[in-house]
Formats: sequence, C-alpha cells, structure tokens
Amino acid sequence: MSGREILFENVSKFYGEVLGVNRVHLAIPPGITSLVGPNGSGKTTLMNLMTGLLRPTQGRIDILGVAPNEPERLFRLVGYCTQFDSFPRGMTGYQFIYSYLRLHGKSHAEADEQTWRAIDRVKLTDAAARKIAGYSKGMRQRIKLAQAICHDPRVLVLDEPLNGLDPLVRAETIALFRSLAEGGSHVIISSHILHEVDAISDQVILLSSGYVVAEGQIHGVRTEVEDHPMQILIRCNRPSTLASRIFELDTVVEARVHNDGKGLLVRTRDPDRFYLLLNRLVVDGVDLESVAPADDDVNSVYEYLIGPDGGSI
Amino acid sequence: MNPESWGLWRAQVTAILRLEIKKNFLAKRGLWVYLLAAAPAVLMWSHAALNLRHQRVCDLGKDSLIFATMFQFFYLRLAVFFGCVGVFLNLFRGEMLEKSLHYYLLAPVRREVLLAGKFLAGVITTSVIFCTGTALTLAAILVHVPRQAAEQYLFGGGGLGHVIAYIGTTALACIGYGSVFLVMGFAFKNPIVPVALVLFWEGANPFLPALLKKLSVIFYLHSLVPITVPAQGDFAFLAILGQPTPAYLAVSGLLLIALVCLWLAGRQVRKLEINYGTE
Repeated sequence: MSGREILFENVSKFYGEVLGVNRVHLAIPPGITSLVGPNGSGKTTLMNLMTGLLRPTQGRIDILGVAPNEPERLFRLVGYCTQFDSFPRGMTGYQFIYSYLRLHGKSHAEADEQTWRAIDRVKLTDAAARKIAGYSKGMRQRIKLAQAICHDPRVLVLDEPLNGLDPLVRAETIALFRSLAEGGSHVIISSHILHEVDAISDQVILLSSGYVVAEGQIHGVRTEVEDHPMQILIRCNRPSTLASRIFELDTVVEARVHNDGKGLLVRTRDPDRFYLLLNRLVVDGVDLESVAPADDDVNSVYEYLIGPDGGSI
Repeated sequence: MNPESWGLWRAQVTAILRLEIKKNFLAKRGLWVYLLAAAPAVLMWSHAALNLRHQRVCDLGKDSLIFATMFQFFYLRLAVFFGCVGVFLNLFRGEMLEKSLHYYLLAPVRREVLLAGKFLAGVITTSVIFCTGTALTLAAILVHVPRQAAEQYLFGGGGLGHVIAYIGTTALACIGYGSVFLVMGFAFKNPIVPVALVLFWEGANPFLPALLKKLSVIFYLHSLVPITVPAQGDFAFLAILGQPTPAYLAVSGLLLIALVCLWLAGRQVRKLEINYGTE
C-alpha cells in the first residue's frame, strides 16, 4: 500500500436490489479529480463509500492507507462537504465549525482559532454569529465547505461544492481547491458544471449507471474514445489546399472547409500523426493562424461516452 | 488501550454531551416528556395546597402509600417508560429523520464513543427531568406535614432512605429503559409496534415464569422501591408477585440488561450507514 493514493478494488454497492456502483477499480492520485456523470450515476455513492457513510457490498477501499470503517483515523485525513443541506438545529455558523473541531478532541483555544481561520477562508466572518437556519443557499454551502477544510485535511471530498455560489465566491473557491491540490492534497469534486470541471481538473472519472466509464486525464480519456475521431479546428489562409493534402493520412476521416473560406474542421483517428503532417504543410506554404482541438474536453467526452441525454447536465 | 485514547475519548464524549444535552432539554417535541414527569408533582402539590388551604392534617402514611402506588404503576411503568421512548429513540433515529446525523459521522470519533456520549446525554436528560419530578412529588407530601413530623420521618423513620431509593430507582429506570429504546432505535425503522410489545411485556411481568420475569426492567425496579404496594384493589394484578430480589442483585441485574443492550447497540452503530433517502 503506497499510502499516497485513494484505492477502490472491485467495489460494488447495492441498495437492496438497486445498483449504486458496480465493480469499481480506481487509483486516485493527488490533485483535483472530478467525478462526472448524470444524476443517479453513482457519484455521491462513491463519495459516501470513500468516507464510510456507506459500506461497500463487496470490495475494498483504502484512503491513504486507512480504511473508511475507521472514522477515528479517517477524518483526521479527510474532510467531506456533503450534498446534504441539513444542519444540527439551532446552531450558528461559528458553533457548527467549533463543535465539529471539539469532536476532534481539540481544546477550546485550538478549536476557536481554527474555526475563525476556516470561516475567514470561506468569507463568512460577518455571518458567523448568525443561525445557519437563516443563511442563504450559498452561505450554507460555504459553511459546509468551512467544516470540510477546518482541520486541514489531506483529502478533500466535495459533493457539488460550487452549487449556489455566486461567480466571485466561485472563482475564489476554485482557487482554494487549486492551492490545496498544488500543496499535494487530493481534492475530489463532483460537479454538473462541465466547463468548470474542464478548467480545474487534473483528472476526471466518468460515471454512468453505476459504472466507471472512463478515468484519467481528460486528453488521455478523449484519445481512447475511438468511435469518435478527434476534431481539430484550423484557421489558415488556404483551407482547400490543406484539405486536399491532409488526406495523405488514412487516419483522417473528414475535412470540412468553413463557410468563410478561412478555416477547416478536420476529424482524425490519429491526432499525433496529423500534427506532424501539419508541421510539414506549414513549410510548404500554408499559413496557419491557429490550431486547436475542438472536442478534447470533458463536455465532448461526456457526450460521446454517456450521450447528450445522459442526465440533467 | 493507551491513556491518550482515554483522554481523547473523554474530550469527545464531553463535546457530544455539550451538544446533545442542550438539544434534548430544549427540544420542542420533547415538551410532553416534561408534562409526563410533572404530572404526579402537579397532583400532589394540588393535594397539598388544598390541605393547607383547608387546614387539614396530612396523613403521612396514607400519602406515602398513594405516592408509592403512583410511583410504581404510573411513574415507572408509563411516565419514565414513554419519556425514555421520546428521548432515546430519537438519539439516532430522530437525527436520521432530520438528516443531520452525518454531522457526527464526519468527525474522527469512534462510533462506540459516539454511542456512549449520546446514551450518557440521554441518561442525564431523563434522569434530571424524572428525578426532579420524583423529588418535587415527595416534597409536596412533606410540605403539608408539620415540620417536626417531617423531620422525624426523614431523619428518624427512614424517610431519607426512601427519598434516596425513589430517586435512585428513577435514575436506574432511565438507564434501563433508555438502553432498551436506544437499541430499538437501531433495530426498527418504525419502532411503534416494538415499543407497544415492550410495554405489554413489562405489564405482563407478574404473570411470567420466574426466569422470564428477570428479562424485564420493571422486575428489578420493583425490587428497589422502598414501599411495597399491597396486592389488592383494581390494579392488584400489576403488582409483581414473588420474592423481591435483594437490592444489590436488582441493581446488578438492571445494569447487566443495560450493558447487553449497549453492546447490541454498539454492534449496530458500527454498521450504521447514512442513507436518508430510505428513512
């Protein structure tokens, strides 16, 4: 056991006869990992299994060398911002974090100091003394986030953490995740907002109907989707010439010239060879303005592997 | 088990108590528990007030017997019983229904420590409420007795021992019934029917064979009450017939039942999952 990774070995979870997740094998390295999939695909189940709120029907889970059924060790390493929008009755934001830290066994002084630090990080200082029941959706989301980070965990599990946050706080929160990941932490996020997932993730795990459909870095996952040749968008001065030349490669399946006559959309099964050919063509006098993959992102991967009707994304 | 663990567990149990006791005492849905606990006191204080108003002399022996009857047949069997239902069933199940139990399960607290903390909080809450009820009821008896007679009863006639026995029995009832309902809260999604069965089992205790009698809380509690209610009148069938158990055995037996229930609850809490959707 390396103690550096989060491991799922042949993990399945059934709710009676209903499938939660099935035969999941994962090794999640440090960095930001996004769980992507439609509603009911098993994202929350996977997170709850990781944090011991659910027990696997079969298989084994290991969080940096700790089993999820040892909460006394696990939650020294892990912070979990759940999707449950319910709180112990009558608590203020401050009490919510402070009491949680006292449950860790911390002294009053330590708990108080760490509570204010966490509340400051999520910009809720002014509302700390107010009852959570009176908080807006975004504030409740932030106080949950504060609870997840208040004890400086090495693994942060975040179920839809950006829900309800306004754009400014959203950007700050993403920056916070980024800084934690750069510090060597595991940040595991489930999100429906694919362009944000694309922007912040080091790797993605795509889930559908309880199965892991794909995992890894987005580019790597995209490359493996062989049923859908990669689309590359080229802006250049002579798209027709370029179109006639690129069919030298048998892996190019389509080339479509833009209506404005200044660009070309190419579909190829082997983008690496295509880029090599492009280098030669530039030498031959085709003046390239820009070259960019058109579907090398989570959105496209999601659509190809799960389908546009996969869920409420 | 190292001393560091004990220190940590003590700190964690204290943190749980701080949260739970406040919640238990201030819960709006627990108002009826206070009403149950206060009912005998209200009755006795009304009786005392009427006696004082009409300058009637209190018959301490008769009032003690009335209290003993009320204590055994109402207070222990119904008030403390249902009070414990209200408090202990909700320790875990109530939070499951409110979808707030995960707050505890996301902390680095051993599940057994959480169980111990919550149980202790329940025992403290119910003991304070019901022991206060017992004490207030006894005070109502003594308040309309001439001072000299009251002092004589308390310090010369074994009355103080009775007061301590009643309050101690109340606290033990909270521990006994509390542990039973704690484990039932885990075992049943809808505990109403099982609670009714326990009520029936406790009520049927006088008719059970000697061995089965011992598998109930009321059997041990009846052995601890200082005044035995004569088996006569309409409720004679409720009196526990047979040899009372010596106090030390009764306390041990009751604590043994509580320990068995806590052990069963400990097994359940280790397996507890957060699956609010199915609750």
